[in-house]
Amino acid sequence: MINADRLNLPYTSAEWSLPSSRKVAIASLIVTESAMFTIFVVAYVYYIGKSLTGPYPAEVLETPIVSTICLLASSLTIVLAERSFKRESIGAFRLWWSTTILLAAVFLGSTAAEWKRLIVDHHLTISTNLFGTTFYSLVGLHASHVIVGLTLLTLVLVLSLKKSIRKADGERIEMLSWYWHFVDGVWVVVFTVVYVIGR
Amino acid sequence: MFFALGLSASPAFADGASSVTNIFKPDGAPARAIFDYTMLVLAVCAVIFVIVVGLLVYTVTRFRHRREDDGQEPPQVYGSNQIELAWTVIPIIIVFVLTLVTARTIAEVQNAVPPPKALKVTVVGHQWWWEIRYPDLGVVTANELHVPVSDPAQPRPTFLKLESADVAHSFWIPQLAGKTDVIPNRDNSMWIEPVTPGTYLGNCAEYCGTQHARMLIRVIVHPQGEFENWVAAQKPDSATDTNLVAAQKPDSATDTQVKAGRDVFFSTSCVNCHTINGTEANGKFGPDLTHLMSRQTLGSGAALNTPEKLRAWVRNPQNLKPGCYMPDMQLTDEEMDQLVRYLLTLN
Amino acid sequence: MVAANPEIPLARPLVSPSIVTRLHGLVVTVDHKKLGLMYIASALFFLVVAGLMASVIRLQLALPNNNIVAPDTFNRLFTVHGTAMVFFVGMPIVAGLSNYLVPLMIGARDMAFPRLNAFGYWMFLFGAALLFFSYIGAPGLSGHGSAPDVGWFAYAPLTGRAFSRGNSTDYWTLCLLVSGIGSLSSAVNVIATAFGMRSPGMTLMRMPLFVWMMVVVSAMMFIVIPPLTAAQIMLLIDRFLGGNFFNTQSGGSAVLWQHFFWIFGHPEVYVLMIPGFACASEIIPVFSRKPIFGYSAMVGATTMIAFVSMGVWAHHMFSMGMTSVGNTFFMISTMAISVPTGIKIFNWLATMYGGKIRFELPMLCCLAFLFQFLIAGLTGIMLAAVPFDWHLTDTYFVVAHFHYVLIGGMLFCIFGGIYYWFPKATGRMLNKTLGLWHVALFFIGFHLTFDTMHIPGLLGMPRRIYTYDPGRGWELLNLITSIGVVFQIVGIACLAWNLIRSLRKGEKAGDDPWDAWTLEWATTSPPPEYNFETVPPVRSARPLWDLKHPEDPDWKYE
Repeated sequence: MINADRLNLPYTSAEWSLPSSRKVAIASLIVTESAMFTIFVVAYVYYIGKSLTGPYPAEVLETPIVSTICLLASSLTIVLAERSFKRESIGAFRLWWSTTILLAAVFLGSTAAEWKRLIVDHHLTISTNLFGTTFYSLVGLHASHVIVGLTLLTLVLVLSLKKSIRKADGERIEMLSWYWHFVDGVWVVVFTVVYVIGR
Repeated sequence: MFFALGLSASPAFADGASSVTNIFKPDGAPARAIFDYTMLVLAVCAVIFVIVVGLLVYTVTRFRHRREDDGQEPPQVYGSNQIELAWTVIPIIIVFVLTLVTARTIAEVQNAVPPPKALKVTVVGHQWWWEIRYPDLGVVTANELHVPVSDPAQPRPTFLKLESADVAHSFWIPQLAGKTDVIPNRDNSMWIEPVTPGTYLGNCAEYCGTQHARMLIRVIVHPQGEFENWVAAQKPDSATDTNLVAAQKPDSATDTQVKAGRDVFFSTSCVNCHTINGTEANGKFGPDLTHLMSRQTLGSGAALNTPEKLRAWVRNPQNLKPGCYMPDMQLTDEEMDQLVRYLLTLN
Repeated sequence: MVAANPEIPLARPLVSPSIVTRLHGLVVTVDHKKLGLMYIASALFFLVVAGLMASVIRLQLALPNNNIVAPDTFNRLFTVHGTAMVFFVGMPIVAGLSNYLVPLMIGARDMAFPRLNAFGYWMFLFGAALLFFSYIGAPGLSGHGSAPDVGWFAYAPLTGRAFSRGNSTDYWTLCLLVSGIGSLSSAVNVIATAFGMRSPGMTLMRMPLFVWMMVVVSAMMFIVIPPLTAAQIMLLIDRFLGGNFFNTQSGGSAVLWQHFFWIFGHPEVYVLMIPGFACASEIIPVFSRKPIFGYSAMVGATTMIAFVSMGVWAHHMFSMGMTSVGNTFFMISTMAISVPTGIKIFNWLATMYGGKIRFELPMLCCLAFLFQFLIAGLTGIMLAAVPFDWHLTDTYFVVAHFHYVLIGGMLFCIFGGIYYWFPKATGRMLNKTLGLWHVALFFIGFHLTFDTMHIPGLLGMPRRIYTYDPGRGWELLNLITSIGVVFQIVGIACLAWNLIRSLRKGEKAGDDPWDAWTLEWATTSPPPEYNFETVPPVRSARPLWDLKHPEDPDWKYE
């Protein structure tokens, strides 16, 4: 109903309900990004086992259990944050929201540590072989989406601390959490393809 | 400039090549299979065209607004489920039949198995020339594919393995077969089975850079028995090599010039790109020159292989094929003459 | 451009604003009408630029062994011509038409996200600027500028560092990445607007078919532009970070690029064509004086086309060496897509059948479209016939086919759309005589060029060659093909002159010059900034028909 009042009508639009533009837009964004990730996943899967030289996945990959748990947990904490927001308990909202940010930061830090280990210890870079190229591209693309999400989450936290967020912003916060769930969902796919199937 | 034909020579097809590469003049099994199938497709399309255009012309003529019209709107018809069904089902049937026929022809051409007597050739696409190798016969040549004619009673097809040394190309002789792409890091294969001797022309059919336009192909189909003669002449220790050696003997008339030309060839960087059997030259970047003068064209179709054009090519290949990877070697006129004399002995 | 309407009190100063003020207004505008017209004007500008490039190409090919341009120049010409026509003529026309008309057709005040709309336009323009800047900005080996020369679909490994030195390929990649973001922005906006801002009473099945088709196109864009973006990011990684995606030396696959590109590329041509269908679906009913025959079937057929089009991409790769099973699968899907397309052609014919056809300019363009699109579809079936395609692919037959679709199909519909909606956008009619000259000359030139062009392909002439030898049977055919260009140029010049002249001197149009039935005709020409003073009640797909014919409204029959 958000946009009904933008229309200039001769009669009421009380019975006329339309989907929210914001929801449609974020859903479209998620479809678009999914299509892009799909192509990177296809490239990864296609090149499994085709590297002409090492290092090979089984030799160098360590399953990132802790960071995965953190990232997936952040989906849970963001839901809790949203619920708090709806209940208008702003303190709880800020707490759960900050936890989400923290968990995301842990995930990113863990990814950075893993990359450092791969580059320095195992000499695997994006140009080394097909595994290197597809690994860093896919995981890096996902990480870049986490960074964008993290930035937006932090922005919301700052605005909340400055008391600039109102109840009417509930849908905006919900849209950001949709994006966040999407990023987590992509990680499930990436994790499965890279650390389970690809090894 | 509009009418100038430029220095890049056009091989006038006085050498008897069938120059019009019409896909509706097929020769040999795969081309014929495609041709017969094509006729069916064209017939179906023609019928559809006539029917729909007929409907369009009829509708536009019969239902045009006339001046003496009463100004009323015509009956407002919104649709009809039966009619929609009709013109959904009928096209589906046509499509179904077409797909069956097509699938059969695809399999017939693509899944052919080489018989034991088939000639095996490896074609390697380069920017912008073709390397042709006969692995079983030990022959390596360039830009011209020589094959034996095939007798329908006792077929002798040629099976080609297609490889690329650099970028994607495509091998196409319209009268002999459909085109097959030549892609690096991928082995493709195709076959031809020409039944009429002659020379068949073709082009590289995948854009591959500057001189894609001048990456031409010639397939020379030898009559019965003559293919073996050609192979014998091309083999590394053949009689023509003997001629080569004889031409360089002290009492040969062209001896000193040929010897000097040989020295020019081996002291400039020609040897880095070209191979001549029995010598130190074994460069692989450019075409094999051992039997250069046995070929019809230079530069994979950039010019006819005559002494004048050979000289022009060696003088500056960029005039005949601008952008190709053979540089102007900056030779003096005297060196040019000697070098060409030498090259002319490479039969 | 915006004429004062005496029935609406002036809300602007009596003194005409200066050119600087007006230009500034365009730079900062978020009004969907202004942005829509900016998209279309930019597209028409690039149409002329890319068309002139095509003219040079045809000049070079008119005679064998011609040397109007050097090989490298020719290769850049066809690359930039193709890239510009698809991305900087076709896509902005789609965006411009949808941005201008969708809010008006659904009774909305603007798009859902006006600022995103402006963002999308400027991304598109910046992308176009990048492409043409490459002529001066991209150093090749010799140090002076060089535009991309790898063909508009840029096959690997020709685009790798080893074979494409300098930065010309990078300009190609970046200009499309940038404008792709613009296209996606526009698509988001169309979907959000069509779903979220319809006038009360306008259910989805009462939207004009134009809006439906733009919704389908926008949804397609979400799914098919990202593969191109992904492939281009991979190419950039290869070229700048030493990646191996398409590096055949280290095991990479050249074929993978082809798959990724055509997963984008094939649906892309439907993204270009369906808006043409959208224009035809509005024009043909109005000028036949009947509603569209089979509204639901048209919606269904368009959606089917969108779905199936995402499963046919490898028909661009039939000669690439797929197995017979692979070739057969894509043959079946490609043949199948002719069914919903045929349904649409029959529905348009049935709309005209039993009507009272008026041969105004929009309708003449659509009649030409119907005839030409039929031919294009049939040559498409020939190309779907795999063994036949083994000859036809990568020849001038294919070039003729896709120009038939894009010019004979899409551009003629766009011409129709211009003649149809120019009065709405400007308040003035386009001149009928000049319009007839444009359509007639362009029709003649189009057929001279593109009918003839099929034949050299059948005679073995591959595409993308800067010259050819005489004696192949191609000379006269190429000459005729090139001569047709002259007629097309004069025709376009007539259109351009008509557009410019009618802005000032055209006959006043009024609200509804064509006696049409969709909501955009229920406001002034041009519409005020807020679009509608009052939106008529919507109870059917043709609200204005219901208003004009209260004794026989559509909603009685739905």
